[in-house]
Amino acid sequence: MIFEVTPSQTVGPYFAIGLPFEGQHLIVPEGTPGALTISGTVYDGHGDVVPDHVVEFWQADATGAFADLHEHGDQSVHPGFRGFGRSCAEDGDGVYRMVTVKPGPVPFYAGGMQAPHIDVTLLARGMLNRVVTRIYFPDEPEANAADPVLAKVPAQRRETLLAQPTDDGYRFDIWIQGPPSRETVFFAV
Amino acid sequence: MSATEEEEVRQIYNPVVDTPTNYRREGEEANPPLDYPPYKSTQLRHPKQQLVYLPHTVTEITGPQLSAALDLKPTDSDLTVQHAGEPLGERIIVSGHVYDTEGKPLRDTLVEIWQANASGRYAHKWDRWAAPLDPNFKGAGRCVTDANGRYEFTSIKPGAYPWGNHYNAWRPAHIHFSLLGRAFTQRLVTQMYFPGDPFFPYDPIFNSVRDERARQRMVSSFSIHDTKPNWAQAFHFDIYLRGPAATPFEESF
Repeated sequence: MIFEVTPSQTVGPYFAIGLPFEGQHLIVPEGTPGALTISGTVYDGHGDVVPDHVVEFWQADATGAFADLHEHGDQSVHPGFRGFGRSCAEDGDGVYRMVTVKPGPVPFYAGGMQAPHIDVTLLARGMLNRVVTRIYFPDEPEANAADPVLAKVPAQRRETLLAQPTDDGYRFDIWIQGPPSRETVFFAV
Repeated sequence: MSATEEEEVRQIYNPVVDTPTNYRREGEEANPPLDYPPYKSTQLRHPKQQLVYLPHTVTEITGPQLSAALDLKPTDSDLTVQHAGEPLGERIIVSGHVYDTEGKPLRDTLVEIWQANASGRYAHKWDRWAAPLDPNFKGAGRCVTDANGRYEFTSIKPGAYPWGNHYNAWRPAHIHFSLLGRAFTQRLVTQMYFPGDPFFPYDPIFNSVRDERARQRMVSSFSIHDTKPNWAQAFHFDIYLRGPAATPFEESF
């Protein structure tokens, strides 16, 4: 029996009433060895900062294991590892910030491994559906070169998926709309 | 109906317990386009480059379970008891099931809602509409579906409100819904509408879903059976998240 999905609608401007929760940006508990910060700014098609947006991360732990309860893949044994982070920006600078660890490589269903990556959901007023992107890491050139998902991304656009190193982790800006070389690659999921 | 057939029918409605390795991808008509000029804010907030096909790997078929992190209380699902007094407005029960597209209920999945008060005003610093705030209404709720995939909130009926999209623009009354499902691929943020809303023909957000039948899947139904006599009206809203894709084995039939 097949039903049809409930359609998406915009998250609107007032999501901060309902979506934030305490510690939402802590993908790993505070004080976790090797913890780092991934932060970034979201920009629109004019190059202006988008001040109101929801960003969510979903990722494996440093060993490539997930905090998933449905017995998919290896289960994370890292205490308190949530694998999920949420940011609800509602004023001003349009910056999101997550505390996490760099994920390990995870398997690809057709064999081989995927490079370390984080799945990202972006929602905002003015967006009738979420957009999905992936964060990859610049210090993994060999794994990135062998990654089956990156291989499907036009070569000249792959750089938009690479986080940039910072003093305390990485920076990953999201350009919702822009010239082809700058607009972040989004995926049909 | 034989015992075996009965068993098969019952099986369809058992909760999802399997772990799909590949999810359905709905057609373009099922969801609104990201570029939809009648909703003006989409203009600078949609990608212009083509989306890249993402296969459903282990990252996409797993997903977060937040119920432990949120430590939910019964008052989280009753928006009328979160303050010192009762909010103004028509008291309503909003309930339904979360299913996948095979009709299987999703148990233990997080449902998050937020909404305007009875005057159509949000308890948010950016909402400056000249309608009264209600000190007894914040408008946020959370719950987790039960073993049958059912959720239930108690709230008040939100009001319609004007917005700046075009001359004399009004949003139909709605409640925002956010669902995590069981997998990253199932993430859904939507809005639940009320039956027969006179603003439907004029709202570009509602009409951004171009398919009439798909639009109707966002409209709740009045349910006399779910009302609480002498206490609350009731609206029923079932939510469907993507289910597993057909396997090659099934396709060969």
